[in-house]
Amino acid sequence: MFQELLSNPFYQRTLAAAAFIGFTNGFFSGFVVLRRNALSVSALSHTMLPGIAVGILLTGFLSQWNAFFGAMFAALLVGLGSVAVSRGKRVAQGTALAVLYTAAFAAGVAILPKLDTRSELEHWLFGDILAVGNSDLWIAFSIGSVILLVTNLLMRPLLLTLFEPNVAAAQGVPVRAMQYLIFGLLIMALVSSLQAVGCVLSVGLLVTPAATVSLLTDKTSALFWGGGLIGGIGSVAAVALSSPLGISPGPAIVILLGILFILTYLLSPKYGLLFPKKISQKHS
Amino acid sequence: MKDELNHAHHEGCAHHGHHHELVIDQVSVAYRDILALDKVSMATSCGNRVALIGPNGAGKSTLLKAIAGLVPRRGGEILWRGTSVRKWSREFAYLPQREEIDWSFPITVRGLVDMGRYPQTGWWRRFSDEDKMAVDVALDSLKLNDLQDRQIRELSGGQQQRTFLARALAQEAHVLLLDEPFSGLDRNAAMLLGDLLAKLAGEGRLIIASHHDLVSARVLFDEVLVLNTKQLAFGSIETVLTPEMIAETFAVPV
Repeated sequence: MFQELLSNPFYQRTLAAAAFIGFTNGFFSGFVVLRRNALSVSALSHTMLPGIAVGILLTGFLSQWNAFFGAMFAALLVGLGSVAVSRGKRVAQGTALAVLYTAAFAAGVAILPKLDTRSELEHWLFGDILAVGNSDLWIAFSIGSVILLVTNLLMRPLLLTLFEPNVAAAQGVPVRAMQYLIFGLLIMALVSSLQAVGCVLSVGLLVTPAATVSLLTDKTSALFWGGGLIGGIGSVAAVALSSPLGISPGPAIVILLGILFILTYLLSPKYGLLFPKKISQKHS
Repeated sequence: MKDELNHAHHEGCAHHGHHHELVIDQVSVAYRDILALDKVSMATSCGNRVALIGPNGAGKSTLLKAIAGLVPRRGGEILWRGTSVRKWSREFAYLPQREEIDWSFPITVRGLVDMGRYPQTGWWRRFSDEDKMAVDVALDSLKLNDLQDRQIRELSGGQQQRTFLARALAQEAHVLLLDEPFSGLDRNAAMLLGDLLAKLAGEGRLIIASHHDLVSARVLFDEVLVLNTKQLAFGSIETVLTPEMIAETFAVPV
């Protein structure tokens, strides 16, 4: 039966999408883990729902494109808005983000009953990778390429910015621009994962892979490439397992990544709970 | 570029015919409307260890950051080797106070020292043999060889200070700006760090560090700048750290 599935072009597309999206999001999860702001990613992902709702309200119908652009626009508005508000240093970015995203989410909730496409919205809430079309695949592929290219070209200034923004700024790194860039790429990654896992679960794909790697190694570059591998392979495996197990692929991806994380948390040779290596000197 | 590298690396400035001078001329810094430094001046040169001394909030960290180009100056000038330093220079390395560092960042000792090469390699150039060697030499001279694969949190306080010093060496900095390098170190670690700073100064580097302990300052430093927003005194340790000066500086409520 699996042979049969593999020769099915729909299924091939599904697996390809899972691999692209999983790898890109897993790679980028390295930045999310280094920025220590997984919760703000969660805030942004919730912002995508009202974005999609507004997109439908304005255009009158639900399509891939207006959903994508609605989600992207809302997340950009809220994400970059929070960075801009926190620029004044009076309001912390987390605070600004919480204010803006709950306001946006409330607007989305208010709009929702006015739409007659509510049932299809479930697709965007929890993802439907089996329905992936050629254009979705192209979107995922393009976003993935941009993210991988830009982050690899700018890896050093990005890392300096994340580790010591002060010192980075003094060395001539445009720290503000780098922070906006990380935010912008983060939102693109979130949007690219909409199709696979939907906006509610997209955070899982954008945090868990590198969080898992961080339990295994201290090498900074391993966070990105290892996160990409875990994200890509995990997503493909979860999609393959989802139909025999009878669960939807979106949740299957996030569940599998979560299980991998917990296993690593327990069994990691270096930082595992069960086999802790004695660390000779701790920072006091 | 290559000449500059060799010069910085193998000779150090003390071996030049003259000593490189750092002149701080009437430097003021304000955070919003609050004056943190008010027209501070001093002149020193490579090979010296300068302590910045003063009560909390006196502007010691601010002066270090101003020299490093981390905070904008409201007025005054900083001259290094006769030229005005507007912002950051590769020849200056700033070592932040321990609390300002994210110790759980997944980076190894070697990875952190590698960062010292970024000013030379720029954003894209691959690490050359020369870069690798500079990192090896820096790790070696701070006795960090065996620790290079450790995550930075798994180090003692003294080892952490040495890791940031190694990064400064990999950067081939002439002027090392250290914010409270001795705070929180046990006796042995403090002695080792003191010896290393003396060695680095002996090789021709200029060390400027904020420090809070007047007793150990006499052993660890050559010159002292006493600060309390304004400059109260500057000169060699023996001439400046008199009982009267100490009473005047620290009795004043801030």
